[in-house]
Amino acid sequence: MVQFALPQNSKVEKGNYFSSKNDSKNIKKINIYRWDPENNKNPRLDTYEVDMENCGPMVLDVLIKIKNEIDSTLTFRRSCREGICGSCAMNIDGSNTLACTKSAKEVAGEINIYPLPHMPVIKDLVPDLKQLYKQYQSIEPWMQSKTTGDNGIEKLQTVEDRSKLDGLYECILCACCSTSCPSYWWNGDKYLGPAVLLQAYRWIIDSRDDERKKRLKKVADELKLFRCHTIMNCTNACPKGLNPAKAIGSIKKMLVTSDNS
Amino acid sequence: MEKYKIIDHEYDAIVVGAGGSGLRAAVGLSEAGLKTACISKVFPTRSHTAAAQGGISAALGNMGEDDWRWHMYDTVKGADWLGDQDAIEFLCKEAPQAVVELEKYGVPFSRTEDGKIYQRPFGGMTKNYGNGVVQRTCAAADRTGHAILHTLYGQALKKDTEFFIEYFALDLLMHNGKCHGILAWCLEDGSIHRFRANMTILATGGYGRAYFSATSAHTCTGDGGGMVLRAGLPLQDMEFVQFHPTGIYGAGCLITEGSRGEGGFLVNSEGERFMERYAPSAKDLASRDVVSRSMTIEINEGRGVGKNKDHIFLHLNHLDPKILHERLPGISESAKVFAGVDVTKEPIPVLPTVHYNMGGIPTNYHGEVLTKDQDGSEVVVEGLMSVGEAACVSVHGANRLGSNSLIDLVVFGKAAAVRAAQIVKPNSKHEKIPETETQKSLDRFDKMRNANGGTPTSVLRDKMQRTMQSKCAVFRTDKTLKEGLHEIQQPWEGMSDIKVKDKSLIFNTDLVEALEFDNLIRQSMVTVSSAENRKESRGAHSREDHKDRNDQEWMKHTLAWHTNGKVNIEYRDVHSFTLTNDVQYFPPKVRVY
Repeated sequence: MVQFALPQNSKVEKGNYFSSKNDSKNIKKINIYRWDPENNKNPRLDTYEVDMENCGPMVLDVLIKIKNEIDSTLTFRRSCREGICGSCAMNIDGSNTLACTKSAKEVAGEINIYPLPHMPVIKDLVPDLKQLYKQYQSIEPWMQSKTTGDNGIEKLQTVEDRSKLDGLYECILCACCSTSCPSYWWNGDKYLGPAVLLQAYRWIIDSRDDERKKRLKKVADELKLFRCHTIMNCTNACPKGLNPAKAIGSIKKMLVTSDNS
Repeated sequence: MEKYKIIDHEYDAIVVGAGGSGLRAAVGLSEAGLKTACISKVFPTRSHTAAAQGGISAALGNMGEDDWRWHMYDTVKGADWLGDQDAIEFLCKEAPQAVVELEKYGVPFSRTEDGKIYQRPFGGMTKNYGNGVVQRTCAAADRTGHAILHTLYGQALKKDTEFFIEYFALDLLMHNGKCHGILAWCLEDGSIHRFRANMTILATGGYGRAYFSATSAHTCTGDGGGMVLRAGLPLQDMEFVQFHPTGIYGAGCLITEGSRGEGGFLVNSEGERFMERYAPSAKDLASRDVVSRSMTIEINEGRGVGKNKDHIFLHLNHLDPKILHERLPGISESAKVFAGVDVTKEPIPVLPTVHYNMGGIPTNYHGEVLTKDQDGSEVVVEGLMSVGEAACVSVHGANRLGSNSLIDLVVFGKAAAVRAAQIVKPNSKHEKIPETETQKSLDRFDKMRNANGGTPTSVLRDKMQRTMQSKCAVFRTDKTLKEGLHEIQQPWEGMSDIKVKDKSLIFNTDLVEALEFDNLIRQSMVTVSSAENRKESRGAHSREDHKDRNDQEWMKHTLAWHTNGKVNIEYRDVHSFTLTNDVQYFPPKVRVY
């Protein structure tokens, strides 16, 4: 009989416990997924008691406080700390979001922090996003225009046409949406996923681009596009309030209507 | 010492850093047919260019008459005459073409009713040589940097630039005064890589994180500047650190100057629009050093707002909510998230916050790095260039105008690529260099990795940041700077007792932070020394004991070397000439807004 079992190393074990050294009244327990690629051990869940009296408001502030004051081996990406670079995307309290814009107070009780789900982990909270970046490259995210327009003058675009890019160009490629999508979890090697499809649509709908037809044809694929089953996790997850599901819907609609020239 | 295996690469040119200037340079190099690698410690779209909000300056004249000469005059004046006017002429003349190029690359600029690129007013940007406000700053809502960065990354992909992402640059490989490439550490698998190149372009950004409160990202640790200092080369004009008037109080996140461009204004605890007193003509759109000083004076004289009277209010709530939504959506969100403020109803609490380094790696307007030889003459460092905030061209002089940094990135990113393509022939040979250079860098790396002292990096960094914040801020005196010189020694000397707990090689961010601290502390020391040394007030360098600009003695660039913990200072002439006869040199005059 076939036996289904998770790989040995996927089991997350109980990790270290770091008690707070002061007697603050406002201690929050933070449980963090840890995995060190160099020691051959299973991942573990470490718990840190953090004094929230002397800590910034966001989950990223908590992580930095832990790294600075409790355990400098804790590993995560971070950069702008204001929600524009997309580095610190992770799973906090069960949802994918940016640690820098997620208020720690919003989470009642203990905070559980894991890397973005269903991605290979490089270390601790650092996922390997190479596949997503490759897929991003595959949609050719650059202007393709047959006419260069007058030399020295910009291509004109009406306010209305420009407004079609709103809700699309703001994407920060944090991957919160794609890594919250069950279809992407299952078929991430073939399905482009919400983040990349949102960007595909950003170029499809840009009035200055001349390759709409080619772009549509490129994504019109059973797996690349139609693995989206409108589960809507992507839209719920987006920390920038964008709506990838709607963009995917628009691509599908363009494919079935005549609006593909 | 552990034996590290070294993986060798050979390229015609390498670019270190993948922000706006690095990507633009990489695009140009790839176009020129040079085998190019772009090496970055973060994925390109995570670079700090993404955080630029308000816009990119260029005299397109889409919103009324404009002239690149007016832009040049404004930049010269903004720089308090410390900028090199040949380079400024180049910047402003090239700017319109550079913006049009970005538009053709696909940047989603906001539009005017007739479909042209939308331009907004910005601090210090005037028409007709200081007579009235001009709308010169091209904007994609208030996410211009993000839009440009993503677009440039797309262009680099289109041009098949090779990327080495999440590689941390360790040191320049120098031999006989020439740069031959860099040594870098791959975070993903922990391997060490030697990139040999006939041209190395440093586009590593600023070192804002030398300060406690900065709009700069955590990754703004001036790694290129650190490498240059370790290579025995100087940094220029490091005393000039820009405080942005409107960082969110507490969090330090940026609120664009474009908010004042769109009609926002600053108010003190008496409800007064105090900028009218300090800059009767430009008011809230005076240049950043002027506004930051005025705010600091208001707070120091007891007219700050809030419980501790220690900040200022920025009002946008009188603006049409439609305008806020269309043109300032990003900062509306930031204000909500980081200050709990609804900008349509309440003012934003703000404070001058470290934002930009006018100083950096000295270059000419081609991006070639400069130093002095033994006779004291200015020479180009062969094989080495620098662009963007890492560099000091110098177009920003003593104070940069808002929206002049994004244009600096693309104009000089392109210029450097053009120059590199003139100097380097594709597939030309790589000179052999002694192993000692590699070994020196590896020794430093290994020593830091195995550092087993008693002080974590975070403690040393905190000491450095607090010293810089309190001793080398908006206003400076001989006393604070001398104290700063003394206090900054502690974190520097503390490095001998540093502790790196994580000994691994894969994604060891404990070690990354220690190496970044090494870069930051050197530049902090150079900054305080340069500031103590310059006994005048000019642009962002404001000394209460030397209140006036002194062109007789101080119309010169500071060059500072950092050797064995000591800072040596020399000078370079400010270029008092233009590039062509299209414009005449603007002689210094009193700077009023």
